[in-house]
Amino acid sequence: MRNPIGKKVVDIKPSGIRKFFDIVQETEGAISLGVGEPDFDTPWHIRDEGIYSLEKGRTFYTSNSGLKELRQEISNYIKRTQNVEYDPLKEIFVTVGGSEAIDLALRAMVDAGDEVLIPQPSYVSYEPCAILADAVPVTIELKEENQFRLTAEEVLEKVTDKTKILVLPFPNNPTGAVMTKEDLEAIAKVVIEKDLFVISDEIYGELTYSGEHVSIVSIPGMKERTILINGFSKAYAMTGWRLGYACGPEIIMKQMIKIHQFAIMCAPTTSQYAAVEALRNGDDDVKMMREQYNQRRRYLLNEFERIGLTCFEPFGAFYVFPSIKKFGMSSDEFCTRLLKEEKLAVVPGTAFGDCGEGYIRISYAYSLDNLKAAMERLERFISKL
Amino acid sequence: MSTREEILKTIEKNSRIDVHELSVLLGAEEIEVANELKALEEEGVICGYHTMIDWSKTSIEKVNALIEVKVTPTRGLGFDSIAERIYKYPEVTSVYLMSGGFDLMVILEGKSLQEVAGFVNNKLATLDTVLSTATHFILKKYKDHGTILTKKYEDTREIITP
Repeated sequence: MRNPIGKKVVDIKPSGIRKFFDIVQETEGAISLGVGEPDFDTPWHIRDEGIYSLEKGRTFYTSNSGLKELRQEISNYIKRTQNVEYDPLKEIFVTVGGSEAIDLALRAMVDAGDEVLIPQPSYVSYEPCAILADAVPVTIELKEENQFRLTAEEVLEKVTDKTKILVLPFPNNPTGAVMTKEDLEAIAKVVIEKDLFVISDEIYGELTYSGEHVSIVSIPGMKERTILINGFSKAYAMTGWRLGYACGPEIIMKQMIKIHQFAIMCAPTTSQYAAVEALRNGDDDVKMMREQYNQRRRYLLNEFERIGLTCFEPFGAFYVFPSIKKFGMSSDEFCTRLLKEEKLAVVPGTAFGDCGEGYIRISYAYSLDNLKAAMERLERFISKL
Repeated sequence: MSTREEILKTIEKNSRIDVHELSVLLGAEEIEVANELKALEEEGVICGYHTMIDWSKTSIEKVNALIEVKVTPTRGLGFDSIAERIYKYPEVTSVYLMSGGFDLMVILEGKSLQEVAGFVNNKLATLDTVLSTATHFILKKYKDHGTILTKKYEDTREIITP
């Protein structure tokens, strides 16, 4: 038999998280702080709308771009949070999670050999999606001394005449870093000067603890060259509903929708009806969850200080990214031993790019009680080192 | 949001939290939180620190009843004096003035059905100003003070996700 597998896929490394997941599953009685999704249930009024839509028999495909009323609500939401207008009919479409939008944006915009700048540590899918789109991923290493923010200099260093796209993953998973308006303005200047496009993944935008989230599309000249990606998973605790969206210039949206229509048809209908309710009446829920996360964030940072773990203060998402460099072992070794000796699972920084070496990702999408139990174990582990 | 509001929202759900931890969670100075708590207690904003107990899970028998009470308000004092006469009984746990079809909602805790019935018959219905009462016994508590009593939270997420 011939080799049934295509070469391009084989060469892609499996997610580092997957490997660790398998070890954790075999460890009995383990506490995990390794989850990248909210611990809250989807607010009931949102779930109820989903159920209601099923009762009413809304069980058919929607248009490829998604329900018109949902796109209108998305447009209203961006207008009220970023003061930027998107035409709901031409510049917004609904996807199966933010992840689909990342994949589509890359596929729609690059030709073979185009370079895509990917700041790391960051979410695991940018690099493989770029490779699958025949682009060349180019890593930009984010640095702790810059609070893991991206600087204009770092972008300039990596720009070549083949560079086409800059991925902007903020608020960031796994570091929790956020970009300020000033940071974004500096990036925007380079992007415009070098004629690049931006894929801005703002899935954690609502989870910002230092003032309001600023999107790069709110900076003059950037709406025209940015694909804004967001979704419902993190803000409304709707990960399982698989619903996100992309906003951008019509000329790009058209091509993305073309791929979407052949590969996906449309995002799940039930989820779309629920999402309309989320955007219309979900602000209080988001606020409540954000306050809870913020308390846990402060708690963890305080605990790290107490037990002697160095960590820069992150202001976004629901992750902290402490440094373990002083213990003289790799992230992988640290996490494996922590799991073995104290049955506490955290994710090695290297799962999010090689430059995550020396760090671990701790999620605080857990109850305070859970975090307290986990910190006891972490403290005991560190004190033995 | 003010520190005051944040303190209240947080301790409403967890009154056992100590001042130090509260200050950590809120990102405020310990002394500021302590002073604010003291002020809130003095102003009567914080009226007590209670424990929520699901008595049905213990061997101790408790019967709870809601009683709708219609009364004649007294000249000059309205409903306040009659409410006071009722809330002074220790078996009464709550008294609310209501809008709508009746005037006072009285919530009562007793050891048995007979005890509650006795209270209504002998103490409540006999008050001059009470026109009528309608007693409802609570059969099961599903949710109380914002807490679901019938189900425990269960984390059904995958153990590790990106």
